[in-house]
Amino acid sequence: MNVKFINPFLEGTISVLKTMAFVEPRAGKPYMKMDNLAKGDISGIIGLTGSATGSLALSFSEAAILKIVSNMLGENIKSVNTDIKDAVGEITNMISGVARKNLEAQGFNIQAAIPTVVAGKSHSITHVMGGPSLIIPFEIDEGSFVVDVCLSE
Amino acid sequence: MNEKNIKILVVDDFATMRKVVRNLLKQVGYEDIVEAEDGVMALKALKSQKIDVVVSDWNMPNMSGLELLKAVRADADLAKTPFLMVTAEALQDNVVAAVKAGVSNYIVKPFTAEVLNEKIKKIMDSINK
Repeated sequence: MNVKFINPFLEGTISVLKTMAFVEPRAGKPYMKMDNLAKGDISGIIGLTGSATGSLALSFSEAAILKIVSNMLGENIKSVNTDIKDAVGEITNMISGVARKNLEAQGFNIQAAIPTVVAGKSHSITHVMGGPSLIIPFEIDEGSFVVDVCLSE
Repeated sequence: MNEKNIKILVVDDFATMRKVVRNLLKQVGYEDIVEAEDGVMALKALKSQKIDVVVSDWNMPNMSGLELLKAVRADADLAKTPFLMVTAEALQDNVVAAVKAGVSNYIVKPFTAEVLNEKIKKIMDSINK
């Protein structure tokens, strides 16, 4: 996986969550993940096709997503419900949109499919292309989440 | 007419996104907000009450935002309704198609309450001239 894919997804994540959820995610050091195990309690995954093919997943700890969606909706949500699941899909969609726009500037033309959402402890994320994926870890005050992307040209 | 005293129809197939947009609209002072879960329901709402601005998502099952826009522009009673399209990306082809179909303005996700307010204000100013 090419390192030039890191920044578009990193910037997309920060931009979407800052704008829509009023949080300031702090990015950690990216690393490669070799297994299918999700890093969080709820994940959104979206297929990407075009001049690069693969998939993007966002995997949130429960504490992090409750804070993010509570801020987005302007109400205090205390457990993972339909609103949270819908919002994870929409956040994944928006981050993919910003990242693809950023990648367009590097000459990539990438389309996205409809996101799906999986919840539950120790769920798995199956990337379209298989193989290792790139993890960009993030923290907000309430908890952690990761961008999990597997994309090849 | 007070610029915030307008009825806004928010169209999105995701209830959560309708809530997000409603929340943003309320942050900048809009209170009279109605919702529709797809283009078909939006047309029903438009025919049954006076709507001042439509804020519609692009990607929706059954009837997309673009199809809704075309249906609104083709209806003599609704044709002049201001229409703000919400998209997840500013793809050139989509923008051209929306402009051709008569969109009043468009807004790319993610967006702040202030940007949403500016777009609506711009649309309302242009029709009040």
